[in-house]
Amino acid sequence: MDRILGKKSYIAVFVLPTLLIFLGFVVVPLITTGIYSLFEYNGVGKMNFLGLSNYIKLFTEDRYFPNALKNSFILAGASIFIQLPISFILALILSRGVKGEKYFRTIYFIPVVISSMVIGQLWMRIFRSDYGLLNIFIRALGPKDFEFSWLSEPKTAFLSTVVPAVWQYIGYHMLIYYAGIKSISPDYYEAAQIDGASKLMTTFKITIPLLAPVIKTSLIFSLTGSLRSFDLIYVMTGGGPNHASEVPATLMYNNLFRKSLYGYGSAQAFFIVLECLIFSLIIGRLFKRAEENVSVV
Amino acid sequence: MKKLNKKILFAILLIIAFCQLFPLYWLITFSLKSNAEIFGENVLGLPRYWLWENYATALNDGGILRYFINSIIYTGLTVIIVGVLTSMSAYAIARMKWKSKDLVFSIFTLGIMIPTQAALLPLFQVIDKLGLKGGYLGLLIPYVAFGIPMSVMILTGFYKGIPREMEEAAYIDGCGVFKCFVTIMLPMIRPALATASIFTFLGAWNELMFANTLIDSDLYRTLPVGIMSFAGQYTTNWGLIGAGMVIATLPTILIYFLLSNQVQQSLIAGAIKG
Repeated sequence: MDRILGKKSYIAVFVLPTLLIFLGFVVVPLITTGIYSLFEYNGVGKMNFLGLSNYIKLFTEDRYFPNALKNSFILAGASIFIQLPISFILALILSRGVKGEKYFRTIYFIPVVISSMVIGQLWMRIFRSDYGLLNIFIRALGPKDFEFSWLSEPKTAFLSTVVPAVWQYIGYHMLIYYAGIKSISPDYYEAAQIDGASKLMTTFKITIPLLAPVIKTSLIFSLTGSLRSFDLIYVMTGGGPNHASEVPATLMYNNLFRKSLYGYGSAQAFFIVLECLIFSLIIGRLFKRAEENVSVV
Repeated sequence: MKKLNKKILFAILLIIAFCQLFPLYWLITFSLKSNAEIFGENVLGLPRYWLWENYATALNDGGILRYFINSIIYTGLTVIIVGVLTSMSAYAIARMKWKSKDLVFSIFTLGIMIPTQAALLPLFQVIDKLGLKGGYLGLLIPYVAFGIPMSVMILTGFYKGIPREMEEAAYIDGCGVFKCFVTIMLPMIRPALATASIFTFLGAWNELMFANTLIDSDLYRTLPVGIMSFAGQYTTNWGLIGAGMVIATLPTILIYFLLSNQVQQSLIAGAIKG
């Protein structure tokens, strides 16, 4: 068997097609973006080497990038401090066994499978000034002639795109936590109960520490997902009004495909890759100790 | 006290469930209404007159049918090709004997972390140079390429958990690699292949950025992009737009309801293993 499974020609037939497609259409383009980011280039003319100045320009000359970056961090903050706690609490409640547990799980997860284009189009209408669902509710509760166009006011436009982003993936993170909690051995809880620990105490002393690896993954997913976010904002505001709701990815898209600033746009693209990588590493580091403690338990 | 606590917790569950469902309820009802109802007195209720014509009009006059067929072509082919390619390469990584298999596996797993936008421009140029931009292949290739890493990861993990005895017996009996792979391995990895395929399906069906950049003609457009231009065209006719959006969502929701456990498993597969 080893002789057959070690034969080079078989290995080549099984691996090479996948590997070549992946290298050619994912890895090489990624590296190319990295290279473009060091040049001034418009796609047809000569490429001028600039070193890192495209990256410096992001923070010194770009009128929109710092604000776009700030927006992506606001989204990340909302995901981490609003979405994840909601998901976690839901998972805790559901994992203790509630009537209709399975139905709740199914319902929370529905928005996850819907395309962000549909979610965006739908929430655009929810935030409409005249017939939007939100204003209809506000009118029902108080001022009868309340009118406010959430998506066309610079102050609220970006925050209005944060709401569906948080809304859509609550069920996703809930399910990750739920699966994690369910995989914890009931022995721990029994032992704690015998020792007289309250439910709240077992949550903090047993559930959360044992879930460290799962919490780490969901943190990385929601942080990197926020930093690279594009679809919802592109659909709902297109970065407007007057660039108030831009994120790095929407600026990048404009620079690449509307202004043909291939070098500069690539720097923005590669910046997103780098920050995702760096934050993933940082979170991994922060959790290293927590995970080591778990293995001691 | 304990009973009250339980009630509060249950209320939290209900409130969030309402928040998750109500926007979708609203979408479905306005897709069946006339503008008079949507913008008039019957904003929240069930339609007084169920306008199924909205769906017929969206499909035919609005061109949604064409986008729908396109999306099925792209997504179907992506799922099939990724499934075939990765069930083979994952087998090679999990079972065959070669030096650089760990390196190749880590290249694939790193791919999961790569945001699509990071490859967008060079891909656009390559597809353009190959003369594939604007056609089916021009979008199919990136979908396949970006579908590979997750599928390889799920399948490799699964292969590693299968005991070797079955294969060993077959090889000793003189079974060839391909025959053994098709007749013994493929049937065994079916559950993992289903998990991986659902993931690939959702990714391709809902994808927006590539479809928006690489396709320029109406003929080859996918649903997400098609609906966006459709919504721009019929701005004031919410019923029609709603119908288009429901049609675009129907396949994913249908698969979700039929296979909700597998779909949930599939989407958290990456999170639990990573």
